[in-house]
Amino acid sequence: MDNAVFQWLFAWLPELLQSLVWIVILIMAILLPLLLAVAFLVYFDRKIWAAMQLRRGPNVVGPFGLLQSFADGLKLLFKETLVPAGANKGIFFIAPVVTFSLALIAWAVIPWGEGIVLANLNVGILYIFAISSLGVYGILMAGWASNSRYAFLGALRSAAQMVSYEVSIGFVLVAVLVWVGSLNLSEVVLAQSGGVGSWFVFSHFPLFMIFLISAMAETNRPPFDLPEAEAELVAGYQVEYSSMAFGLFWLGEYTNILLMCAMTSILFFGGWQAPFAFLDFIPGPLWLMIKMAFFFFIFAWVKATVPRYRYDQLMRLGWKVFLPISLFAVVAYGGAALALGRV
Amino acid sequence: MLSEYFPILVFIAIAIAMSLAFIGAAVLIARQNPDQEKTSTYECGFEAIDSAHIRFDVRFYLVAILFIIFDLEVAFLFPWAVALGDIGLYGFFSMVLFLAILTVGFIYEWRKGALEWE
Repeated sequence: MDNAVFQWLFAWLPELLQSLVWIVILIMAILLPLLLAVAFLVYFDRKIWAAMQLRRGPNVVGPFGLLQSFADGLKLLFKETLVPAGANKGIFFIAPVVTFSLALIAWAVIPWGEGIVLANLNVGILYIFAISSLGVYGILMAGWASNSRYAFLGALRSAAQMVSYEVSIGFVLVAVLVWVGSLNLSEVVLAQSGGVGSWFVFSHFPLFMIFLISAMAETNRPPFDLPEAEAELVAGYQVEYSSMAFGLFWLGEYTNILLMCAMTSILFFGGWQAPFAFLDFIPGPLWLMIKMAFFFFIFAWVKATVPRYRYDQLMRLGWKVFLPISLFAVVAYGGAALALGRV
Repeated sequence: MLSEYFPILVFIAIAIAMSLAFIGAAVLIARQNPDQEKTSTYECGFEAIDSAHIRFDVRFYLVAILFIIFDLEVAFLFPWAVALGDIGLYGFFSMVLFLAILTVGFIYEWRKGALEWE
């Protein structure tokens, strides 16, 4: 709010309104690049996927097909918004709003650099954990309100899958937090300062793997895209949606994937910090973005190469493999933190 | 510290407004011309026979109940993880005991086949 340009523009406003305008500007500084990034990530996703299958991928709209996502968005905007006759109309429209809004508001606590954060909550991780838990509601509402069997079964599957992997993610978070001693995301990053050697990916490697795989399951990403399973459920909970209502699910899904990339970077790869001291001249936000892009590439890579899981395999992996391991890890890392004097 | 939550409140308002604007714009811009075929439930080429709100597998309930138990456990662990430095070995072993009791329950449900799908 001490910015000179801002002072010059809005000094005539009352004090209270000034801070509100400042907050709105900050939020827009997060939201607009985020949505732009999502549009390009969809394009990169398709390009990477195509390259791995020796195809060209989107290459018509704009140079190298760069504007493909914008063309898709525009097309969705001009489509008719259909509401099924048997649908519960109110809930039918609340569902995509809930999904998209939740995908956006989680970004409020992501730290982009030392002190560069919109809301520096002292319970930042708990906030992210809570918001991603709520994501289930959007999908359940969509599946229930559509009044279609495909949507209903897809929503049930999706909800069961998301809550199953949520548990492992929770335990992984706790095992990382024990070494930090704070729920603040900036503190988590600062606990890993001192170059690549102090990143948690080395000390917490098994947990990093569990977190990455659970993140894919949590965001319904292949190989865990059973809720969508186009061969059996056509598109799962999205089957009755058209136009921008569908577009919001689509944007929300990619925003969530990007959030998971950001969380992986913050928890295990030192967030905004440079891996080596001589690279410190590159600003923090850029480092976080580079790391996020790297993890997004891994997400796309996995999507292109791994076949889809069966539902019983998915539940077995979540409850019988990840849950016992991460539960044990909480005790092991808690004990190690005490023994090594990290707390 | 409570003032840190105010930006989030504004953020929620903007996010909801933005979603509504997206849907609203599509409804306004595109020509709406629904007919009976378009608004019928999607099926494989025939009319939907009855409501989609059917009975479903009880195992989905089971998963939900197990989730509540373990998610609550995680919620207990968050403050424990932050305060471990202050509560020391006593706090550590109290939580180990708590987790051990829960593990007994987990083994029981595993042996009972609550985690089997197929």
